[in-house]
This record gives sequence, C-alpha cells and structure tokens, in this order.
Amino acid sequence: MLRALCLTLALCLLAAPPAADAQGELQSLLQTHSEEILDPSFRTVGTAVDDLVASGLPAVAPFLTRWQDKEVWQRTSDGLFFFAEETGDDQLTLYDIASGDEVGTAPDDDFEQSKPNGGVRRVIGQALVQFRLSSPDISDRRQAVRSIERNPDADQLPVLRDTIEGESDPSLKARKERLATLLTARFGESTEDRIAAIETLSDDLSIDARAVLNQILDTDAEVAQTLPDDVNVARVLQPGTDMPLAEAYETLVDEDLAPARTSPSEIRAALEANIEDGRVAGIPTGQLGDPARRHDAYAALAEAGTVPPLVTEADMEEAVAAHVFYAEYDEDDPAITDAAEAAMSGVTTRVGVNQAFDLGLDALSLASIYFLAAIGLAITFGVMGVINMAHGEFIMMGAYTGFVVQQIVPDYTVSLLVALPLAFAVTFGAGVLMERLVIRWLYHRPLETLLATFGISIALQQLAKNIFGTQARPLTSPGWLDGAWVLNDVVSISYIRIAIFVLALVFLALLLFVLKRTRLGLEVRAVTQNPGMAASMGINPDKINMLTFGLGSGIAGIAGVAIGLYAKVTSEMGQDYIVQSFMTVVVGGVGNVWGTLAGATLIGGLQKQIEWFNPSNTLAAQTYMILFIILFIQFRPKGIVALKGRAAGD
Amino acid sequence: MAYTSTWQKFSTRPAMPRRGLIARNPSVLYFLLALAAFTLGVTLLSEATGVGVLSTSFVKTLGKTLCLCLVAVAMDVVWGYCGILSLGHFAFFGLGGYAIGMWLMYARTEIIVAESLAASPIPPTGQEISEAIASQIFGVVGSSELPAIWTFADSLFLQLLAVVLVPGLLALVFGWLAFRSRVTGVYLSILTQAMTLALSLYLFQNESGLRGNNGLSGLQNIPGLEDASQASISIAFFWASALALGLGYVFFAWIVSGKMGSVIRGVRDDEARVRFLGYHVEHYKLFVFTLTAVVAGIAGALYYPQAGIINPAEIAPIASIYLAVWVAIGGRGRLYGAVIGAAVVSLMSSWFTGGGAPDVNLGVYVIQWTDWWLVLLGVTFVLVTLFAPKGIGGLFDLVADWRAPHRHEDYGPDASAKRAEEGEE
Repeated sequence: MLRALCLTLALCLLAAPPAADAQGELQSLLQTHSEEILDPSFRTVGTAVDDLVASGLPAVAPFLTRWQDKEVWQRTSDGLFFFAEETGDDQLTLYDIASGDEVGTAPDDDFEQSKPNGGVRRVIGQALVQFRLSSPDISDRRQAVRSIERNPDADQLPVLRDTIEGESDPSLKARKERLATLLTARFGESTEDRIAAIETLSDDLSIDARAVLNQILDTDAEVAQTLPDDVNVARVLQPGTDMPLAEAYETLVDEDLAPARTSPSEIRAALEANIEDGRVAGIPTGQLGDPARRHDAYAALAEAGTVPPLVTEADMEEAVAAHVFYAEYDEDDPAITDAAEAAMSGVTTRVGVNQAFDLGLDALSLASIYFLAAIGLAITFGVMGVINMAHGEFIMMGAYTGFVVQQIVPDYTVSLLVALPLAFAVTFGAGVLMERLVIRWLYHRPLETLLATFGISIALQQLAKNIFGTQARPLTSPGWLDGAWVLNDVVSISYIRIAIFVLALVFLALLLFVLKRTRLGLEVRAVTQNPGMAASMGINPDKINMLTFGLGSGIAGIAGVAIGLYAKVTSEMGQDYIVQSFMTVVVGGVGNVWGTLAGATLIGGLQKQIEWFNPSNTLAAQTYMILFIILFIQFRPKGIVALKGRAAGD
Repeated sequence: MAYTSTWQKFSTRPAMPRRGLIARNPSVLYFLLALAAFTLGVTLLSEATGVGVLSTSFVKTLGKTLCLCLVAVAMDVVWGYCGILSLGHFAFFGLGGYAIGMWLMYARTEIIVAESLAASPIPPTGQEISEAIASQIFGVVGSSELPAIWTFADSLFLQLLAVVLVPGLLALVFGWLAFRSRVTGVYLSILTQAMTLALSLYLFQNESGLRGNNGLSGLQNIPGLEDASQASISIAFFWASALALGLGYVFFAWIVSGKMGSVIRGVRDDEARVRFLGYHVEHYKLFVFTLTAVVAGIAGALYYPQAGIINPAEIAPIASIYLAVWVAIGGRGRLYGAVIGAAVVSLMSSWFTGGGAPDVNLGVYVIQWTDWWLVLLGVTFVLVTLFAPKGIGGLFDLVADWRAPHRHEDYGPDASAKRAEEGEE
C-alpha cells in the first residue's frame, strides 16, 4: 500500500493527472508490467495477468475484457494506458481506465495500441472466467461454467470452488458443484480428495463424467528390457495375444531397439540398385522372379555389406521376446487409477444396462413402424389370400397426401390433423377402386394377383415420379414433435418416434375393436376362416372383401404419413418398407392382428440387435435378418400365430 | 404261373409308337428354324462381315436379349410348368455373371499388371503380381488384398464351374429348405424375394469381396483376345447366346414333354393330388428349381460379358419380378411364349426408355415416353393378366383354333389352382 501510495505520489508529481487513489492503483500496476501489456506474448503475459487478478481491484475485470477486444492504447509520451475507440480521421476517443468515463479525444499519433494475439487472448479469457463465475449477471455465470466444461483446467478448480458458496441460482449451483467434482477427480490437490471425487462419479452416466474417467485411465504403450518398478503399469501386453507380433516389432523399431524390417518393395529396390552386368550378386536378373533366388541374391548382398541384413521371422520373435511390452497410465498414483478403474467398471455396467434399454426403445419404435406398415397387408392377405404388391405404393400415396395438405394448410399441427384422416380416405378409395377393378377378377388366381398388383405398383410409382419429381419432399412435423425425450446421456428417444408408437397402439386398439366387437369384424373373421361357409350364412363376401381391402389400404396411408414425418417422402419410399412388411406378415402369421404385432416386434427387435452388434453396417444387418427369417420359416411355416380354420389348410 | 402269363399278356400289349421330341412338339422345330434364320441374318448384317447395317452395340443388345430369352425360358419352366413363382431367378442369373466376371476381371488385370511390371529390370515374383492385381481390382473399395472367394479367379475352368455350381448349390439348399417345410404359393414367392434381397444387400457391401456397389467392370474385354475387334467378339457372343438358347430350349422342351413333364404340370395344377399318387413332389420341385437356376446362371455368364458391367443393383428383387412380367406377357406354360415375352418387352423397354419412341403431343400435355413407359408397362401388364392370361402366345392358339377348332377344356396354368389350395400346406 505504501509502495502504491509513493508511486501515485510520484505520478502525481510527474504528470499531475487528476487521479483518484483506486484509479492510480490499477494504472500503476499496469505501469509495472508496461512492456508485457503493450506488446504481450503468450509466454510472458502470464505474470502480468496473474498480478492483475491477484490485486483484486474491481476495475480489473472490465480492463481484461476490453484488453481482449484490443481497445487498450498507451500514450507514448507518458506511458499511461487508456481505453480508446478509433473515430476515424486519425482521432481517438479516450476513456479512463478505471472508471470508464470519457476523458476527451486526441490524435492517434501519440498512442500505441496493444494487440494481444490468439494465445494471449485465451490466457486473458481464462483469467476472466473467474470474474464471470461470480458476475451478478446469471447468463455471464452460465457462460463461464460452460467454458470451463469445455476447457477444463487445474487452475480453475479453486476459483470455481470459491464461487459455489455464493451462487444464488440453485440449478447453476448444482452444475457448479458437479463441475467441481469432475475437476477434483482430475486435478484435485490430495489423493484422498481425488479418490472421493472419483467414487462419486461411479454412478454418473453422463458423457463428461465418463470422459474424466477415461482421461485418468489414459495409457501409453511402452516397451522396456524389464518391467520398471517406478511406473504405474496398467497391464502387461503379451505379443501374439494382446497385440500382433508385427505390431510389437514395429514398436521396437520405433524405439530404436531393433533394426527395421526390409519390405518386399525395398528388397526389390535394393536389388535393382545393385545390378551389375545383368547380374545381382552373381545371380542373373532373369532368375529373380523366383522368390528363393531373390532371397539368395539379397542375402549375398547383405553378406557383402552393401545392404542391411534381412530381418527374419525368427529374429523378430527373438527381439520381441527379449522385451516386455506394457501399457502405462499417464497418472502416476496407483491408488487413483485403481479407484478410477473400479468406478469405470461400475459405470460400464450401468451404461450397458442403459444401452440395452435404449436399444429396446429403438426396437419398439421400429416395431411400431413395421406394425403400421404391415397390418393392412396382413388383414388383406388373411381375408382374401391376396398379397398386395402395391401396398408400399399406398404408403407412399399417404405420405404424398400429407405433403400436399402441408402445401395448402400452413399450420403444421392442423395440417397433420387433416392429413391423417385424408390419407386414410384417399388410400381407402384407391384400395376399393383397385379391388373392384382388378383383384375381384383374380380371386382364383392368387399368384396372378401378386403380379397384377405389381403392375399397379410400378405404374403408381412412376406416376408419382412424374407428378412430384424425383427429389425427396419434406413432410415437416409440428414443433411440439421436435426434439427428443432425454432420460440421460445414454437413453433418449425422439418425440416423433414416441408419437408413432402411440399411433401404432391406437390402431392396434382400433383394429381389435373393429374385428372383435363389430358386425363388420365378425363377418371379416368369418370370411377369413371359410369364405364358402360364410357366404352360405348370408354374409356377402364380395362386400367384405372390398371393405377389408379398403381398410388395409387406408391403414397403409396412415402409416405413410407417420413414416413421412421422420423419413423423406419419395416415390420409392414404399419399396423400402414392402419387403419388411411381407416379412412381418410371413413371420407373424396371416390374418391375425396379434400375429402381425408379434412379427413386427420380432423383426424390429432383431434388426436393432444385429445393428448393435455391427453398428456400422445396416446392410449386413438386413442381410442377416432375412437369412434368419428364411430359417425361421423352416420351423414355423405358418408364422408365429397360425390361423385356424379350413381355409388356412390345417 | 398262369397268373404271371396273364399279367405278362396285359403288360406287353403292343407298345405305342414312341414318337420323337420334334414330332410331338412341332413348335420346337419352328422355333429352332426361326432362331437359326435370325442368327444368320444378324451375322450377315453385322459390322463383323463388313455390311454394317447393324451396329456392334445393337448386335450386343440382340445377344443380350437372347440371354434374357434363355433365362425367361427357365423361368417359364419353373413357373409356367411347375407353378413355382420364383422371384429369385434373376439373382441366379446375376450370380452366373459374377462368377464369369471374376475371371474376366482377374485375367485382364493380370495381363495389364504383367505388362507394367515387365518394364522393370527384375522379373516380378508371383506374389508381387497377385498383390498388384489385388490393389488394381480392390483399390476402388480401399483394399489391397484379394478376398478368399477370388482364390480360383485365375482359372477359367474353375470359374466356369462356378457359373454352374454357385447358382445350382444356392438353389438346391434354398429349395430344399423351402420345399421341405412345404412353403408354397404366395409364401414361397415372398421367400424367394427375400432371398434375392438378402443376396443383393450382401453384394452391396464392400466386405462381400466383390467390390460392393462398384460391381465388376470392363467385362467386355476378353483376356487373350486383345487383338480381336469388338465387332467380331460381339458376333461370337451372339452366336454363343443363340446356341445356348437353342440348346436350352430343346433341353427344356424335352424335360417338360415326357412323363416327367406330366408330373411337373400335375404339381402345378394340384400338388396334393400328385403327392397322394405317390410321387415325391418335393424332389420334382427341387429338381426343376435347381435345374432352372443353373440355366439362369449360364445365361447370366453369357449376358454380362456383352453388357460389360455387373453390379448388385442388377440382382435387386425388381429384376426378378420383371422376369416374371416378361414370361406372363409372352404367355406362360409354353416355351416360345417366354422367348417372345422376354424379347418383345426387353427390346421395347430399351426403345422407350432410350428415347427412341417419339413423344406424343396431346395439346395440353406432351407424353415423354422416358417418363411414361413404366406406367404403360404396368397398366399393360394388369390388362394382360386380367383379359389375356395366355399372353402373346395365346395369339398362336387363335391361329390353331382357326385351323382346327379345339374340343377340349383349357388346362392352362392356375386354372384349377383354387384359392384354397394356395393357402394349403
């Protein structure tokens, strides 16, 4: 204080500025680091910033902010620092460095700007974090916490801890506490602190907690003659089992512990370089196409010392056997790595459980899509024994109906509510039309129905392409369906998928009601079991067939809207679902709602499981799934739920 | 003893004069004559003989069409005669193409690699050559190792064997599994479609070892025939295709004409009844399914060297469905119907989609056939199914009826296959 007073006094005497006490304090502090502040470099600026922060002056935070923004200028004549703004005409508007008040304008000839580079600005920014952590503005504090989360650093730990007590916002306080735990686990002062922090992480599933544990458990592959005692060894690696022999030898070569291997192309180059009169080491070049002769020639050259000797397989094994390969923790303290390993294994188990749950949710949503896509097919197949190859095109038709409605009705929620029944109506109509015009005439030729509906399918597909073009059309979901339901960092599911699941449940209930509780359902079931007998009981199978076909097609239209919400609408989208729908029907068993549900669940679940084993390759997943289905049919040719009755041919 | 002699007396009744295949099926003769005339005509008009009325690319198109006719004949036997609507025969066709394509590509790359390595002062070792070939062929999928299935790619004989064996074994295993569990009718069609889809998805992966979606290319360059012009190569393949079609036609006509043909048609019309008569229906079906798959593979092996490229998209289920469409439009249950259907529809298809057909101006809208051909095909197909189940081949019946009105009931395919039977077993 005395020193500062003296300095202020001296400054007053020299330049006699009308400076208050505090103002002078910052200015004088800056004067002691004048050089580093005017021309800061990444390496030297640290001490200046530390001193500034340590002074605890209220004006330091605004100073650092404006310094970062390159607004600090020094007057060359007396070395005093100001904030300044260029006003053009080579003029500067000057502001006082402590109070921020305007103190006048001056030509910029007399001033020099401090231009901190990127590295320096980062140092300043980190120093600023602690000011922001206790800033009265909550968004400032949030930003500060976020920046620490992104760039954790040992220095921030004490600062962060200090501000937790005074934090007024409870959610931000919890976040700060959590962040403090994460930082403690990595940078805590004492081993006990760190182990305690690590132990609390063992029931934390978040990605950043797992990242902290992973960082503590980071290892480097090392090699030595004998296993050293003074390092924290994670595990000893056995060449041949834990790592391939060649890789182990490469490590030795990298560490200069063994001579490099000579690759075939290097051998060739060496031989080519040593051709003398059409011979290499006495062997004619013509014979060097033989690997054995080539080896002889190279050995002769090595004997003569012209080329490095060949490293044989035996040499490699010997060199590898003479060394010990191990993974070494970056962290030196074994107590900490042990605790982290224990925590990690707990986390891994819990993550596994949660991943399985997440997979289950995914499978459920896929199953509900397959269910929606296939149930219409299953009903028509069950009732009429007819496979409708154009079913996929009805899905597409429903999706395009949704697209057209969205072009007319701008509000997404309303348009969705309009599109669902409209899609049902459109595809119901199309289905009835197709039944009346085509399928009715082919009831005794089921294989030809398959082909005729295929003809309709390619015509419809091309028609859609001609009308809507080849590019994918978006079907935008309403805002309240955006986003996902996030349980934790592992388990999450998008709202659209939940909505589709709900839709599938609704249709399941609706169909069960129609089939089991209404007159129509009774007649449909009767025709399914035995059309001839049903007809003799006064049921008109023709009418039932028509309505069933319409119903099946209508549900396809609804499925189309649902699928369009999360996938793109193209003229070929039906093709993507048709085979899966067939599979669902075949696996589930025809003409039965529960069968289709079982089939969809089985196929959806299976597909997700296979994808989980090999996540990078969805093609392989589909391949294996189809193979599985072909085998499944061997054991249950009638599907999971086999239909009873004469028509089913029991 | 008396009994035996009586029995013998009955059993050795005067044998019916056994007539030859041609005599029983005059259509075979007509077909062979037409094919021979067509082959000769095309040869004379081609660029190879110097006349050049038909361009080399058109000769290739005709040669490819003959291969498609052959696979259509196979499809007709399995569907039109045996009642198995297989949606997998184009997959067998593609497998044949892949098998021969592997040799074509390997051998050709080997020549190129040998040429480039010959310039170096030291002759290459066998390993160096095979490594260079591997990196040439598989560089496009980011690999430089020859997958295990390419082990025999250097041997023409073994790959030709594969043309027959790979589709044959696949059909044998698949058919055995499917027929054994009595999967029939629509179920079987869906299952074969699933098999086709699985196969094409598998081939789409780079890990399949067949260059993923790049497929095999450069197949029109026949190794060892670098000096021959494409014109003469195209004629050679055209002849080979015509020969294969002729042989295949006669072979299948023979298969479906005798006693076995009757059993096969019986299986189509009423499988259960044939089984009750003591026939092993599964064996017959498996035999027909496998045999036609082998022929499809051979057709593919002849087709793809003329097409020059094969990729997994060719095997997609849609191709097999088109095959069924050709046969249906041409007329099922008669071999020449399949040939006519495949030739007419595939040639018209390339004419319409290739921009050969003139646009139709309706005043308010100009119909461009590249956009509307599939609509036309789809609608035509529905109409043919509804109103002319005999297809184009039915026209020949009209001519025959005019000459000699037929007095028997029509036993065309599916006529007796009622819905109940389809759901059965």
